Amino acid sequence: MTLESNIPVGPLDKKWTTYKNNAKLVSPANKRKFELIIVGSGLAGASAAATLAEQGYNVKCFCYQDSPRRAHSIAAQGGINAAKNYQNDGDSVYRLFYDTIKGGDFRAREANVHRLAEVSSSIIDQCVAQGVPFAREYGGLLDNRSFGGAQVSRTFYARGQTGQQLLLGAYAGLSHQIALGSVKMFPRTEMLDLVLVDGHAKGIVVRDLNTGEITSHAADAVLLCTGGYGNVFYLSTNARGCNVTATFRAHKRGALFANPCFTQIHPTCIPVSGDYQSKLTLMSESLRNDGRIWVPKRKEDCGKEPSSIPEADRDYFLERKYPSYGNLAPRDISSRSAKEACDEGRGVGPGGLGVYLDFADAIKRLGQKTIEERYGNLFEMYQNITGENAYERPMRIYPAVHYTMGGLWVDYNLMSNIPGLHVLGEANFSDHGANRLGASALMQGLADGYFVIPYTLGNYLTTQFGKKVDANHPAFEQALKETKARVQGLIDIKGKRPVDSFHRELGLIMWDYCGMARSAQGLTEAIGKIQNLRKEFWSDLKLIGGADGINMELERAGRVADFLEFGELMCLDALTRDESCGGHFRTEHQTPDGEALRDDDQYSFVSAWKHEGEGQTPTLVKEPLVYEQVKPSTRSYK
Amino acid sequence: MKFHLKVWRQKNSSSEGTLEDYTAENVPADASFLEMLDIVNNNLTGKDVPPIQFDSDCREGICGTCSLTINGIPHGPGRGTTCQLYMRNFRDGDTITIEPFRADAFPVQRDLVVDRSAFDRIIQAGGYISERSGSAPDANAVPISKTIADKAMDAAACIGCGACAAACPNGSAMLFVSAKVTHLGLLPQGKPEADRRVLGMVRQMDKEGFGNCSNYYACEAVCPAGVPAAYIGRMNRQYSAASVKEMVGMTV
Repeated sequence: MTLESNIPVGPLDKKWTTYKNNAKLVSPANKRKFELIIVGSGLAGASAAATLAEQGYNVKCFCYQDSPRRAHSIAAQGGINAAKNYQNDGDSVYRLFYDTIKGGDFRAREANVHRLAEVSSSIIDQCVAQGVPFAREYGGLLDNRSFGGAQVSRTFYARGQTGQQLLLGAYAGLSHQIALGSVKMFPRTEMLDLVLVDGHAKGIVVRDLNTGEITSHAADAVLLCTGGYGNVFYLSTNARGCNVTATFRAHKRGALFANPCFTQIHPTCIPVSGDYQSKLTLMSESLRNDGRIWVPKRKEDCGKEPSSIPEADRDYFLERKYPSYGNLAPRDISSRSAKEACDEGRGVGPGGLGVYLDFADAIKRLGQKTIEERYGNLFEMYQNITGENAYERPMRIYPAVHYTMGGLWVDYNLMSNIPGLHVLGEANFSDHGANRLGASALMQGLADGYFVIPYTLGNYLTTQFGKKVDANHPAFEQALKETKARVQGLIDIKGKRPVDSFHRELGLIMWDYCGMARSAQGLTEAIGKIQNLRKEFWSDLKLIGGADGINMELERAGRVADFLEFGELMCLDALTRDESCGGHFRTEHQTPDGEALRDDDQYSFVSAWKHEGEGQTPTLVKEPLVYEQVKPSTRSYK
Repeated sequence: MKFHLKVWRQKNSSSEGTLEDYTAENVPADASFLEMLDIVNNNLTGKDVPPIQFDSDCREGICGTCSLTINGIPHGPGRGTTCQLYMRNFRDGDTITIEPFRADAFPVQRDLVVDRSAFDRIIQAGGYISERSGSAPDANAVPISKTIADKAMDAAACIGCGACAAACPNGSAMLFVSAKVTHLGLLPQGKPEADRRVLGMVRQMDKEGFGNCSNYYACEAVCPAGVPAAYIGRMNRQYSAASVKEMVGMTV
């Protein structure tokens, strides 16, 4: 099997323009005849649904939340990047492109990333027109700040609630289309399977989470905008409901899963405090604009009050190791440095798993009021969770799972290897390589939904005239039958262990062996452990209640069942990628000073995994990464 | 810590509900309220009792999914969402009553889960700026003073949780509606549709069965996003002006 990425020919900075000039158009009269299914209502899903409906397509949009406004994009705090160069500080489309490729440690596809940088400016225009209240200067112009991995200020923000405001903008557009009747919205509805007809994605099977009813829906194309799989780690900054089910079900129907081991561990989260904990809370990366990260130089000082430790006895380790980027080093590097400091026994707080993020200097320089204006809600959130006042005492932070760069494989059209199945936002793999830069997830979600898929979808749809299928097709009945059997199968196990305990155990395995540091031995061990845990799950899961009506344990059980298969795929991918790159750190491959050591000769490719059936080892399909413009170099932020 | 819980259990939207007694034991003080319920649910599963169904998602105070009335107060004591409430705010041995958000327009679906789709329909009735993807002018083309942008942000911070309506003795959603009307109405981009918006949203609010504001300010007291009740007055003025314009045929 070979993968055709369908990257347009021509110079990098002309590819997207050339593509748009040659893309197939669907006339307004024909758009009305097409039905689209969009799963997920986050930034990618809501923006795609609103835009495609506005253009005349008939859209059905599904989300598991009780309202599309609650998709997890809402929790993004810091900001959204765009190559506007409003600060006149030397930014450009090329620089945003280059920073993103470099930030991803040269494991992303050049053409997709360049397109992302090209459309980034339009996103800001679009959002302002929608009424997104971005931060402004007194003169009335938009304000910017810096994020990790960049030496310019290109991040637009709305206090610490940028994701919320961008999502509410997309949700408003979606709501408008719902009111006009061009989008039919299905909240509290979870996709449980993908339906293929003659090898094309033509529909989905869903469960109504209120009634428990399982139904199928047909369409001319299916768009998955279902986010990432960070919850495979149990503890993450993801919402409780975030899951891999939609993409993994599609994977089992033939869609290739690309780079599953590329996960992002975010450096600034509130540390774990106990085993009852259900999630980890992120403290926005924007805090690193003004906060300084440090640990005591000596182990003996770790228990002391931070204010009593004199300047000379503090190790501002990011500033020391990466003087040119300092506290704004990229996420993977910052996380690993924090872990190293804690592994050396210099961590602070309970269990020694924490480093300080200190605002004392910034407060001295700017005054508390300015800091309050910039980050007030984050400080409040921190106090609420930890009971500590970060204006007086440095925050304690520790890395936590935050984002997943891997996802379903897509070509330049954002179409997977299954014709008709398109994948947008975090759910695909294409733009962030082995590490995502801060404020780029919002950018990608909205780029895909507002400005990419509206242009690329036509190339597929124009091949589908007269090929409509409806949900009475035998393929739908078959998928429906299988889904019902699977749901009933979970209920029928009637074992002794609640679903929560399986999920926690899986999370610990993933964190210990497939987290910030990975090794061949550990990953091999993890695969065995996951297989055993999965066996136990299918023989000892205990669920109370049936498949009718609201049963949240049943919902979770279905998701955990998929995580138990997916976790193994992640470990296999991590094991196969015998190099370090970005967030994927194999302890066997590091430079003398502990940085990730890439192996471009052997591993400059996308790992795309093909499902080969229950219990079979998946097949690795490689898409070579060809760099026409940039020359992959050793990433240095020193 | 140990708590005595009185929890609202209701099989579905058409059945009657009752308060049932449960005990929460060995709860760490640093656990969140929802984590306390997770612990209780795991124990209930062990005893073959159907776990308590309650909504939550982001668990960091922003998605607006969690919706519990704790000891009679939506989101419980303190300012913030249910998920941001920590057990250290209670005393060991406390009796805690847990009910769903109560408002006529939020029917209970099961146990502590309510249907808040009325809020979505209110937004659909006008809570947007009609704008085609790709047709926007440059983002800096229209300067907006920092004061206006900040005020719009204050209003836009609403998380749509519904605590305002649940706290109001009249079950009024006017804080929610006024937040959106204010957010969009303050910005130059939102002005062309301001009249249509306020008329559409307020009428939909009435149609959904939400009551009117009678100045209790209970909404403001429980709002996790700190949306001020003053916006309601602002919305009322805008509504009156828009209705007059409509009467004389000046509004489309």
